Amino acid sequence: MNRFAELLDRLAYEPGRNNKIRLLVGYFRETEDPDRGYALAALTGALSFKHAKPGLIRDLITERTDPVLFGYSYDYVGDLSETVALMWPKAGANYAGSLLGHPSPRPSPARGEGAQPAYSPHNDVEGIDVSEGRTGEQAPSPLAGEGWGEGYRGRDVAEIPRTHNNPPPPTLTDVVTTLRTLGKAELPAQLARWMDELDETGRWALLKLVTGAMRIGISARLAKTAAAALGDKDAHEIELMWPGLSPPYLELFAWLEGHGDKPVNRDPAPFRPVMLAHAIEDGDFANLDAADFSAEWKWDGIRVQAVAGRDARGHIQARLYSRTGEDITGSFPDLVPSLHLPGAIDGELLVLRDGRVQTFNVLQQRLNRKVVSPKLIKEFPIHLRAYDLLGDDENDLRELPFAERRPHLEAFVAKLGDPRIDLSPTVPFASWEELAAARADPKSAGAGDDADAVEGVMLKRRDAPYLPGRPKGPWWKWKRDPHIIDAVLMYAQRGHGKRSSYYSDYTFGVWTRGEAGDELVPVGKAYFGFTDEELLQIDRFVRRNTTEKFGPVRHVVHEPDQGLVLEVAFEGLQRSPRHKSGVAMRFPRISRLRWDKPPREADRLETLERMLISMTGS
Amino acid sequence: MRGSSPRMTIRYRGINAYMVGMRPQDILMPVPAGLCCKPGGFHIDPVRPVERALITHGHSDHARAGHGAVLATQETLDMMRLRYGENFAGSVQAVAYGEEIRLGDVTVSFHPAGHVLGSAQISVTCKSRRIVASGDYKDARDPTCAAFELVPCDVFITEATFGLPVFRHGDAAGEVNKLLASAKLFPERAHLVGAYSLGKAQRVIALLREAGYDAPIYLHGAMEKITYYYQERGIALGELRPVRGMKKAELAGTITLAPPSATSDVWTRRFPDPVTAFASGWMRVRARARQGGIELPLVISDHADWDGLTATIAATGAGEIWVTHGQEDALVHWCKSKGLAARPLDLVGYGDEDEGETAAVTGEAQPAGEAKA
Repeated sequence: MNRFAELLDRLAYEPGRNNKIRLLVGYFRETEDPDRGYALAALTGALSFKHAKPGLIRDLITERTDPVLFGYSYDYVGDLSETVALMWPKAGANYAGSLLGHPSPRPSPARGEGAQPAYSPHNDVEGIDVSEGRTGEQAPSPLAGEGWGEGYRGRDVAEIPRTHNNPPPPTLTDVVTTLRTLGKAELPAQLARWMDELDETGRWALLKLVTGAMRIGISARLAKTAAAALGDKDAHEIELMWPGLSPPYLELFAWLEGHGDKPVNRDPAPFRPVMLAHAIEDGDFANLDAADFSAEWKWDGIRVQAVAGRDARGHIQARLYSRTGEDITGSFPDLVPSLHLPGAIDGELLVLRDGRVQTFNVLQQRLNRKVVSPKLIKEFPIHLRAYDLLGDDENDLRELPFAERRPHLEAFVAKLGDPRIDLSPTVPFASWEELAAARADPKSAGAGDDADAVEGVMLKRRDAPYLPGRPKGPWWKWKRDPHIIDAVLMYAQRGHGKRSSYYSDYTFGVWTRGEAGDELVPVGKAYFGFTDEELLQIDRFVRRNTTEKFGPVRHVVHEPDQGLVLEVAFEGLQRSPRHKSGVAMRFPRISRLRWDKPPREADRLETLERMLISMTGS
Repeated sequence: MRGSSPRMTIRYRGINAYMVGMRPQDILMPVPAGLCCKPGGFHIDPVRPVERALITHGHSDHARAGHGAVLATQETLDMMRLRYGENFAGSVQAVAYGEEIRLGDVTVSFHPAGHVLGSAQISVTCKSRRIVASGDYKDARDPTCAAFELVPCDVFITEATFGLPVFRHGDAAGEVNKLLASAKLFPERAHLVGAYSLGKAQRVIALLREAGYDAPIYLHGAMEKITYYYQERGIALGELRPVRGMKKAELAGTITLAPPSATSDVWTRRFPDPVTAFASGWMRVRARARQGGIELPLVISDHADWDGLTATIAATGAGEIWVTHGQEDALVHWCKSKGLAARPLDLVGYGDEDEGETAAVTGEAQPAGEAKA
């Protein structure tokens, strides 16, 4: 457990993805079965036991520490698990002890050399027998070259276990297997025993694990990628077999380390690696023939793979995967009954109300929910818009060209006959100019009232099979042009990791009418979009034009005639009561530095308000 | 304001008062300039220029320039000279640990505080009453300074930098092993260790050497003088090199010590993909480490942790505890719950050196004050 805790601890601080992977690979390599398997399960959210409530943790610490000291500590640390982990008393300590029983120090002039302090052996503090400390010793000056490391020894005494032999700390396997079968009533005592046995980091990790609140910036995908890297495999291979595997993944690690066969996925509804598109650039069209391609709308939802298959008993099993292969079925139980025929659909998850596709902002309400309530399901009805068919019953269609898969898809969707699943229509075009016109105005090119949910067009070569990854050539995405405004840099903050010495996070604002004339109001924050060279330029500008500093944040000069104008590109706008300006941008990034433009010529809030109305109609 | 701190309402009432019913606050009392000993005619660690100053240790919030006469250990005097130049005080006197000196109506002696090289607790005895002003101290092992010595007393003045039970510093050697493990795992990256340049940096270096690390260790410009001084005093720190002038590629796989504020400065761009570590007791709390953008927090402190503070307070046998800079409230509460008289001393001007130091000395760094959030 302590080793797993060290890993979590290190991961929690490491900002870089590749470095996280290396930390994980190092752990998988050095840790034996089954501990590493349970670690992988913990990191991928594959462990299932009833989580402890924060109230239980609070009770445990209240029984063991002074509530006033706990209060001060909790206020300071701010996180319950961490506070409890740090202040958990050493085993056998009794906080209620008092020093009162001993006489106050003798008013003796003989104090000093050789004098023994005036307390009796029962005056323990937190289990420390202070009378064993070497006291009153006169250490020579360090210049004398002796006495180093000698002298007062109170701390060393404290570390001698006095009452019982300490049992070894539990392994991760101990913890996981015990928690699986432990009754609710036994949990507090068991937890307390483990807390006594673990160190600070171990206790912190244990509490994070049992309360189900890991949150250390690791996705299941990243953990699987690291496991794959252990055996020089592709993460996709693990995704493919993952649904057929269960903790502690002995088979998987044996294969990764080259002394076992590749595990077979017996899952009736396995994930298939997703095919992705490259963004098309203006220059690409010259080399492409419009006749080779089919086009369809690129819907602004969540790309998913909806798979159904028959299990050993002939029952249909349905699963919904994200494009990275994470099983997200649990978040969308309302779609499961619609997947009643064996097959694998590549499509987009959307929210439909009265037959109209809602914007991504609306769909967002259904994401990252722990509990999917009937109310949520009713208010945000989920819908699958099908792009492609990868498998029809037992048949794998991925080798077929797109032009042949499409009729299969149309027949499959028709056979499903379910209002929650429909076909993404193709966009007819004869030339790139025609397609450009459709992209510019999806409303009159067939998307109708759903045009707001279109974020561009997809181009698919008619003769291309369905290939995993992002092969260049067969698929292109041609997004709508982003919205653009000119805003003024107001504040800059240091970045993280590689960027920790650069001011790389920028808050920008636009003009609005304030009480004392025009003033800038912040409308967003961006930390990418610029080149490395531009980052250096902005960083230099920030350092030379700082008006005030608040910790890591610098106020950068932003006057009508003095300051830096940033061209900001973004995908959408929504109303936001949390922002002073009342609007929030989606996916903002710095597209250009406008050194040429004085701040007074930057955009106004009214411009954003108009864009908001034209985008949402509200 | 003089002597009118709200928690210490008893004023000094003339020369005869302490001759009769001597109370601790007649011997030492907090005044705006620092802890003042009227019967001895001196201040301890004064934050303003005074006639006669007794200095516990060389950190800049305790050892300031401009006093008339300074009494301190040889090392502390040397450090003040390094920092402020030859004329940092009107006159100086070096005192050895344990040596008793009569000043006015009191006897003072200096005892190892285990904080940094030359650091001392100052014992002030008047009549039969002894007060120990411990300055900053730690009871944990430190290969670069004399170990903390317990001085039994009637009144113990303790710091409370880490005066909350969440602060337990653990074994510093284990933290250094974390650093070495990281250096091994990322051999193509440079490891930058933020550490206060007086004391902490040398302790980290000494611990690295004890752990068997024998490669050259690199120093930020602001660390050089003081670190070489430690070496002059016979503390083995192995091969040290200034990082100045090194090529980026040469710094892969190396360890460099730097003042904390330098580790998030433009200065770091000379290092290949640096791993930012920080050696401080504050690193015990995750939010604190994350706030600072630290990737590798090392819990190594030159202050006593909660267990150290409480064990030491108990072991002094003092019936009265005065608590200064840090988390006074929690420690005062603890003392009272153990039946000890305790009060916070409102002394201003002492800070946490880890937070306060900046890299301004190097000239290439940002203006001072940057690190204070």
